[in-house]
Amino acid sequence: MSKGVLVDITRCMGCKACQVACKQWNDLPSSNPAFKDGLTSPPDMDGYTYTTVQIEVIEKDNDYTMRSGKRQCMHCLHPACASACFAKALQRDPKTGAVVYYPHLCVGCRYCMLACPFDIPKYEWDKQFPLIAKCQFCFDPNGKYDRLGHGLGPACVDTCPTGALKFGERDELLKEAWQRINRDPKYIKKVMGEKEAGGTSWLYISDVPFENFSFRPNLGTRPLPEYSHDFLKWTPVIAVGWGTLLTALYHYTKRREKIAAEKDKNVHM
Amino acid sequence: MSANKGLLQEIKEYNWKFTMTPARKVLFLLAGLGVVCMIFRLAVGLGMTTNLSDKWPWGLWIGFDVLTGVALAGGGYGTAIIVHVLHRGKYHAIARSAMLTSLLGYILVMAGLFMDIGQWFNFWRPFVSWGHASVLFEVFWCVSCYTTVQVLEFGEVVTEKVGTKYHAMFKKALPVLMIIGIIFPTLHQSSLGALYLIMVDKLYPLWWSPYLGLLFLMSSFFVGPAMICVETALAGRAFKHEVPIHVLRGLVRISGVFMILYLGLKFFDLVNRGVFNLIFKGNLEGNLFLLEVVLGVMIPIFIAFSGYSNTRKGLITFGVLVSGGLIFNRMNVVFTGMSAAIGGWYFPSIMEWAVSIGLVAIGALVYCFAAENFNVLDHHEEHHHNATA
Repeated sequence: MSKGVLVDITRCMGCKACQVACKQWNDLPSSNPAFKDGLTSPPDMDGYTYTTVQIEVIEKDNDYTMRSGKRQCMHCLHPACASACFAKALQRDPKTGAVVYYPHLCVGCRYCMLACPFDIPKYEWDKQFPLIAKCQFCFDPNGKYDRLGHGLGPACVDTCPTGALKFGERDELLKEAWQRINRDPKYIKKVMGEKEAGGTSWLYISDVPFENFSFRPNLGTRPLPEYSHDFLKWTPVIAVGWGTLLTALYHYTKRREKIAAEKDKNVHM
Repeated sequence: MSANKGLLQEIKEYNWKFTMTPARKVLFLLAGLGVVCMIFRLAVGLGMTTNLSDKWPWGLWIGFDVLTGVALAGGGYGTAIIVHVLHRGKYHAIARSAMLTSLLGYILVMAGLFMDIGQWFNFWRPFVSWGHASVLFEVFWCVSCYTTVQVLEFGEVVTEKVGTKYHAMFKKALPVLMIIGIIFPTLHQSSLGALYLIMVDKLYPLWWSPYLGLLFLMSSFFVGPAMICVETALAGRAFKHEVPIHVLRGLVRISGVFMILYLGLKFFDLVNRGVFNLIFKGNLEGNLFLLEVVLGVMIPIFIAFSGYSNTRKGLITFGVLVSGGLIFNRMNVVFTGMSAAIGGWYFPSIMEWAVSIGLVAIGALVYCFAAENFNVLDHHEEHHHNATA
């Protein structure tokens, strides 16, 4: 049974305690605050920031209102990044559902950054030998930064003072998400992450459109690794079939040429 | 040359030639500049030397050096099919130069990739840690293997002159190498396009297609003759070696047939997905797509099947348009098609340009060196004479 987190945008007050907890737990360096026309800081996740709270002013019912939403890796059930990695440096832990990065395997090609439908993996651009940075769901097979392995929730969830973040089993959280939506008409009738990109461990519910928090409006529901698989499954067939065809053609045309040469006349093909 | 002499001795005694011309001095300067920038990049990392960012993790080196470089080098496997598998003797005259260009192209692609990866000392990792669900895994294996195969193929040419005692061995292995050397590019030319299949939410629908792999493969095949036209025009001037018009025209027409198929598949796919009208939307994507297809595919098809392809000028125009169109296509996939989805701004830094230009300059110099020392441009085999149509 894989784990998950339910993010309720309506309960978030934008205090960024989760951001601080993440930095502290994961020993990530801090930096001078930088804002992008608003209160979001830093403007986006980066090579040293696994999560940011996006604070947005939103037009709603002929008025302006403020909403905030925490963004981090969604921990997809069928992660595009892991399927895109040609060195298995990103792998989904089947027990917890965490999509974990193994730096020693990484080549640094950055295909995962482009493959991710949520634009999550970031890069340590300023380093001589840069690595990918992304939320690990506080799961660490080596133990040092591990919380999930000990049955604890991620550092961000533990810190959240308003209950905007809730950690648990994904199935149960999904049920609860729909209960909350059905109980209160203010919610949009959708759980972000229920089906998007084939389903994600982190689930979002909100009373304002999800696009406000940089979710792509055109997210599909088909697991993205299937697109690659539909192509790659032909590889053995093509390699063997094409090889056989070429060998046959090679011998056929060579023989034809030889016969033509013996008869001493030109070949027209 | 005595076959009993040691290989090193033979290399030492071989009469190596390299003529210095003003053009080559410029190439040396550009190559030197490129090498300096490459060393600097390897020493300090990507942030200081490139304009790449979290929004634009792939830039000029992937877009031009890798995606475009591999496609332009496609002339090698295309010629191998036509000459060595289908035994169409009249094209033998261009086989070796096309395959040399291809070999050099691939070595430069590998160099470009090496520049681009952050953990470059870790480049061998996918050989042991198999991420076989990744399209990139197929690209990596096929490109590595194919480059090795091409080096061996070129061994046949080199051992004619140096290391002659190994020549018989290379000659014997050639047919097998040729066939393996066609399978690999078929796989990775298509998988380079298929890299973008997973970006279905990001790549603009005019370029994203379930047939992206097939479209990349077809375009890499039809750009081969176009590159040969450009290359023989350049080499013809430099080495006083003219390839007969009817040889080039024959290739250009093969190319034309594949361009018609390519265009057909492209339009079928656009209609099929209901995005055909996006071409005439008048936005940046639509206009650039139109430009790419009209200049790079439609006009060249017309040239190929008109009398214009009977002239040197027509052949060069065809070559320039098709090669340019292909570069434009790859750039549209990497940049134009992605820009709306990922936002921000990317333009290559001076160092990115210097490395890319430097790599091309190195390739041109090595080509000149090989053409002067080995039988690359003037090469006819006796048994092919009577097969000439």
